[in-house]
Amino acid sequence: MIRPFILAAILSGTSLLANADEVQIAVAANFSAPIKLIAADFEKDTGHKAVIATGATGAFYAQIRNGAPFEVFLSADDETPTKLEAEGKTVAGSRFTYAVGKLVLWSAKPGFVDAKGEVLKKGEFAHLSLANPKTAPYGAAAVETLKKLGVFDSLQSKIVQGENISQAQQFIATGNAELGFVALSQVWKDGKLTSGSGWLVPADFYAPIKQDAVILANGKGKAAAEALIKYLKGDKARAVIKSFGYEI
Amino acid sequence: MLSSADWAAISLTLKLASLTTLLLLLIGTPIAWWLAYTRSKLKPAIGAVVSLPLVLPPTVLGFYMLLLMGPNGWIGQFTQALGLGTLPFTFTGLLVASVLYSMPFVVQPVQNAFEAIGPRPLEVAATLRASPLKTFFAVALPLARPGFITGAILGFAHTVGEFGVVLMIGGNIPGKTRVVSVQIFNHVEEMEYLHAHWLAGGMVVLSFLVLLALYVLNPNPRKG
Repeated sequence: MIRPFILAAILSGTSLLANADEVQIAVAANFSAPIKLIAADFEKDTGHKAVIATGATGAFYAQIRNGAPFEVFLSADDETPTKLEAEGKTVAGSRFTYAVGKLVLWSAKPGFVDAKGEVLKKGEFAHLSLANPKTAPYGAAAVETLKKLGVFDSLQSKIVQGENISQAQQFIATGNAELGFVALSQVWKDGKLTSGSGWLVPADFYAPIKQDAVILANGKGKAAAEALIKYLKGDKARAVIKSFGYEI
Repeated sequence: MLSSADWAAISLTLKLASLTTLLLLLIGTPIAWWLAYTRSKLKPAIGAVVSLPLVLPPTVLGFYMLLLMGPNGWIGQFTQALGLGTLPFTFTGLLVASVLYSMPFVVQPVQNAFEAIGPRPLEVAATLRASPLKTFFAVALPLARPGFITGAILGFAHTVGEFGVVLMIGGNIPGKTRVVSVQIFNHVEEMEYLHAHWLAGGMVVLSFLVLLALYVLNPNPRKG
C-alpha cells in the first residue's frame, strides 16, 4: 500500500520538476530523429530542458483534446494544428510550418526498390507497409500515391499498417515487410539513403505534407515553450531539418 | 452501432480465442500432467518458463516474435524452408503468439487439479490393473474436470483480451489480424468514440459473463 501522503509527495515532486524550465513536446513520429538533434542543441544553447514524446499525429490530437500535458506540438500535417487552433487548444498566432515532408517508398534490401517505383506495379512482394492512413498523414499520402498509380485495389490485400510511421518503418527494417512507404526523414541523412533502396515519390502524387508546429494552451506564457518555437525557426535548427531531406 | 468491420473483428477474435483454447488444452494437458507428477530436477525451470507470460510485458513477446519469426530470424527461416512463408501479419502468427501468451492460464489450473487428485486414486486404479493410459482417461481426467473448465475459460478470456502482442506483429489487417482490442484502439485513435463505446462496452459485458460462468460452474476455481 502506498500511503496517501507519500503519493502526494511524489506527485508534488514531479510537478516541481515540470516547472523548472522544461518544455513537454509532442512530436510526430517522422520527426523523431531530427528533434533529438535539435533538442540537444536547444538544451545546450538555452539551458531549457526538452521532454519529447513521439507518436501518430491523430493519436496526439485525441490526447491533447483530452487534457494531455503537452506544451508544444510538432504535427505531421497542417490540418491537425489548425483544428486545435479552431478549438481554442493552442496559443493564437503561434502556428507556423517548420518542415515540408517527403514520402519515400523504401526497402531495407539494397536494389529492391527501383528508381521509378516500378516494383509496385510488378507486385512481387508479400507485404507493403504503411502507417494507418486515418491517423498518420504519411499513411494518407501513401494511399494517395497508390491510387494515383492505379495499384491500390490490386495491392490492398498486401498492405500491413503500422500504428504510426515509426512502426511502419520497423516492419520494413526487420524484413517482415519487403517494402513500404515512410517519411524520407526516417531513412535519409546528409544527401543520401542511410540504408536499403528507395524511390522518392514525386511531389505531385500526393497533397503536400506541410508540417506545422504550435504552442498548446498548456504552454501559454511558458518561456521554454516560446524559446523552443523561436529555436525551431533559427538557422541552426533549419540546417538540421534540411539535412533529413525536408524542405522549409 | 457496429459496422461490418467491427463484426469482422468480433468473429476473428472469437475464432482466434476458440482455436487457441483448443490448442492449449491439447498441448497444455500433457505439460500440466508432467509438471504435476514429475520428480525431475527440471520441474522448477519448466514451470517457470510456462509461467513467463504472466510476468513479461506483451511487448517483450511481440518484439522477439517480430525478430525471430521475420525472414531473418531462425523461426522465420524454418517456416520459409517449409514453404509456409513468415508468420507476422498472418492469422497463424497470431495463433502461435496467443498459445504462448495464454499458456499459463490453462496449464496452471489443470496442473493444480491434477495435483489435487493425489496419488491415492491413481494407485487404487493401478492395483485394479488399469493401464497408466486408462488410469489417465478414466480416473485423472474426470477428477480434474474443474481445472479444465477453469483453464479453458481463462485461456479463452485472456486471448480475447490480448492487445500488445497483436499490435506489434499483426499489421492491423481486416479479417486476418485486426482483433477487437485493436479495432477499439483504432476507433479511439480515429476519434470515433461512438464506435469505440459499442465495442468496448460489449467487451465489458462479455468479460463479466465469462467470469460469471466461471464462478457459477466452479465456485472454488483456485482449488481446481
